[in-house]
Amino acid sequence: MKTGKRPLEELASLFAGFAVVLTPFNLLLMLIGILLGVIIGVLPGLGGANGVAILLPLTFSMPPTSAIIMLSCIYWGALFGGAITSILFNIPGEPWSVATTFDGHPMAQKGKADEALTAAFTSSFVGAIVAVIVITFLAPLVASFALQFGPAEFFAVQFLTFASFIGMGRGSPFKTLASMSLGFALAAVGLDNVTGQLRMTFDFEMLLNGFVFLVAVIGLFGIGEILSSMEEGLSFSGAHAKIRLNAVLQTWKQLPKFWFTFVRSCVIGCWMGITPGGATPASFMSYGLAKQFSKNGKNFGKGEIEGVLAPETAAHAAGTSALLPMLTLGIPGSPTAAVLLGGLLIWGLQPGPMLFVEQPDFVWGLIASMYLGNIVGLIIILTCVPLFAAILRIPFSIIAPVILVICAVGAYTVNNSIFDVWMMVVFGVVGYVFVKLGYPLPPMVLALVLGDMAEGSFRQAMLLSQGDLRIFFSNWLVSSIMTLGLVLLFWPGIRWLINAYRKPKPQHA
Amino acid sequence: MKSFKKVLATLAGGLAAAATMSAAPATAWEPTKPVTFVIPAGTGGGADQMARFIQGVVSKHQLMKQPIVVINKSGGAGAEGFLEVKNSKGDAHKIIITLSNLFTTPLSTGTPFSWKDLTPVAMLALDQFILWVPADAPYNTAKEYIEAVKAGADRQYKMGGTGSKQEDQIITVAIERETGGKKFTYVPFQGGGAVAVQLVGKHINSTVNNPIEAAQHWKSGALKPLCIFDKERSTYTDKITDKMAWSDIPTCTESGLPVVYQMLRGIFMPGGVTPEQVQFYVDLFKKVRETEDWKNFMESGAFNQTFMSGEEYAKWVEQAEKTHYELMKEAGFLAPGK
Repeated sequence: MKTGKRPLEELASLFAGFAVVLTPFNLLLMLIGILLGVIIGVLPGLGGANGVAILLPLTFSMPPTSAIIMLSCIYWGALFGGAITSILFNIPGEPWSVATTFDGHPMAQKGKADEALTAAFTSSFVGAIVAVIVITFLAPLVASFALQFGPAEFFAVQFLTFASFIGMGRGSPFKTLASMSLGFALAAVGLDNVTGQLRMTFDFEMLLNGFVFLVAVIGLFGIGEILSSMEEGLSFSGAHAKIRLNAVLQTWKQLPKFWFTFVRSCVIGCWMGITPGGATPASFMSYGLAKQFSKNGKNFGKGEIEGVLAPETAAHAAGTSALLPMLTLGIPGSPTAAVLLGGLLIWGLQPGPMLFVEQPDFVWGLIASMYLGNIVGLIIILTCVPLFAAILRIPFSIIAPVILVICAVGAYTVNNSIFDVWMMVVFGVVGYVFVKLGYPLPPMVLALVLGDMAEGSFRQAMLLSQGDLRIFFSNWLVSSIMTLGLVLLFWPGIRWLINAYRKPKPQHA
Repeated sequence: MKSFKKVLATLAGGLAAAATMSAAPATAWEPTKPVTFVIPAGTGGGADQMARFIQGVVSKHQLMKQPIVVINKSGGAGAEGFLEVKNSKGDAHKIIITLSNLFTTPLSTGTPFSWKDLTPVAMLALDQFILWVPADAPYNTAKEYIEAVKAGADRQYKMGGTGSKQEDQIITVAIERETGGKKFTYVPFQGGGAVAVQLVGKHINSTVNNPIEAAQHWKSGALKPLCIFDKERSTYTDKITDKMAWSDIPTCTESGLPVVYQMLRGIFMPGGVTPEQVQFYVDLFKKVRETEDWKNFMESGAFNQTFMSGEEYAKWVEQAEKTHYELMKEAGFLAPGK
């Protein structure tokens, strides 16, 4: 890997890239891509990966640079769009917007949907731009860093994600544990990648695929929310909100004071995208840390704007930087990147370390389109904020059936299976009951999305070390991540100790 | 009487003519609605890439009036996809692309399907496997590597591969016949691209990646190929690195490691379809193979371009199933009752 390049050369290449992108045809494709992406992002189930896969064949007759511009813009659009339904209806359009629902939806219920949307879109933009800057200037360096990640390091990162999230459960820790365990159990259903055996499918063909994260989430959050709303009297709590045309500016005024949350979320996002851990764990980790370290941590989950900023920034930073390992190493950092990778091969481009050398036009055109695509995307989507917020003014009895249909279509699309729609309904009831009984849903969702990966990495690491646990402290990288994870895991206890030390005279408990 | 014979003759002739006239449209069956192309694997893998590539070629060159719709059914190591096609008996608007999991999944998991439930259409290509090690590893031939494994401790050498009890692990077990009782530690990962990167990062000692998965790392000087698991050397002579082309990689057999393995990239239809319907797809894939795009695609992945259809193909598949059964039986990978 060449590391001798100076920043100036990269700037020159970048401007050459802008020259490639700035043709009317490419700008038009960019616009179409963003709009399609937003639609794909809004529809749950029809994720970025599916959307890109469906549209991939359309691009075969285009020049590769135009094709990747359009497809990557679909990807940006989907990243933006995922937040919309999360905030308005508590339905995560994409896996990485699950964490956005935690505070985004309560904000909407308080009548602050426009603020939540603006915050989400703006922080998405910040995350993406920071990630693109990282890609522009640090690509070769970062690529070699990613090579240091073996199974032990991956497990350490996944452990860190769990650890940063575990302290956040409100209420009984046993309920948190129960919820998380159920998530792990569900994640274990299906094929075990390490032994190649089927687990807990009980010879039901429907269970071969296991429990799909998105189907569970659409049910738990979306359907569960509708059931709760019905109980509360057939209306949206946020319905009486006024439409404010200056909401964007009002929200922007609040944002600068959260600069540190932005920085932390960007770091988490870029790191998780590059290693590649993915946008979904990044958003959870970022939310967990923001809650731990925010002054308003106790109010998280009740509609804190910071709780929207953190996951959105991280998810977008991760989603964008996930393209870097794809370009430089040929490994996809996300499912969408995997489909794009297939596209590269079809256009006759070999992703991997030689791409920057052999196809500079293509690579720098793509990077330039990341800058432009995100700016265009932000402008488009911010102008629509009042429109999206107005959706909440539609009477519940009209919008609820529409949401149900969207949920059902979404659950079906994930795997083209009608069984998943029934699964979604079951998860909806589970979600409703859990909320009624005070069991938190986030730990279960986190276990469902990360359980499989963490188990795989752990067992791969155990195979490599032949069962020796010291592999998790065998070099500076894995040791420091594991230590950080352990500190975070016990952070509530540590903080209690610090407080106890600082205030030797206990006030009334 | 003569006139009667004449009448008969003309009648017969007319009948024959009528028969040929009505036969013409009958042989030229073509799809009347979109064709579903099932991929029994996840998005981004080798089978997925090939299927989506075919979809793109067909629509770009307008080789078919109806569109192709690609869906991934990867559950249970591909069992989900195969069961779907098995249960669509007589549906000529459904085709499936295969990996080795056509053989390995039913044998290792006991899921009830076999290629005999499907109708073989055509073999598109055979995917190659190559033994890769990091470029700065102290061994330069397969023989030297095997000697190193023999000399090392049991399970000291780590082989990375895609999935468990599938092609990569089967090859590993086949290699272990030659290592004098020393085993590899086989570590399964999710996809071929990730496996290659783990090797570049030296978390493992070797892989049996497909050419396309490791080609770029070879080019950039991070990995080197030791041998190819084919009977003969590759036919692609364009230089990939400064010195070597695919054709310069020795076969494993000639370097003292007598293991031959290739993966079927073939097309099947559900059972109970008519020969005319099969013929349509055979012709379609012949047209796909003739395009320049396809030839470039084959070269970039150093595929073995053997094409087969009909009886010949069915025989090949039957033989391949036997080979897999024997290899997996030897390795102890068979599900109970198989």
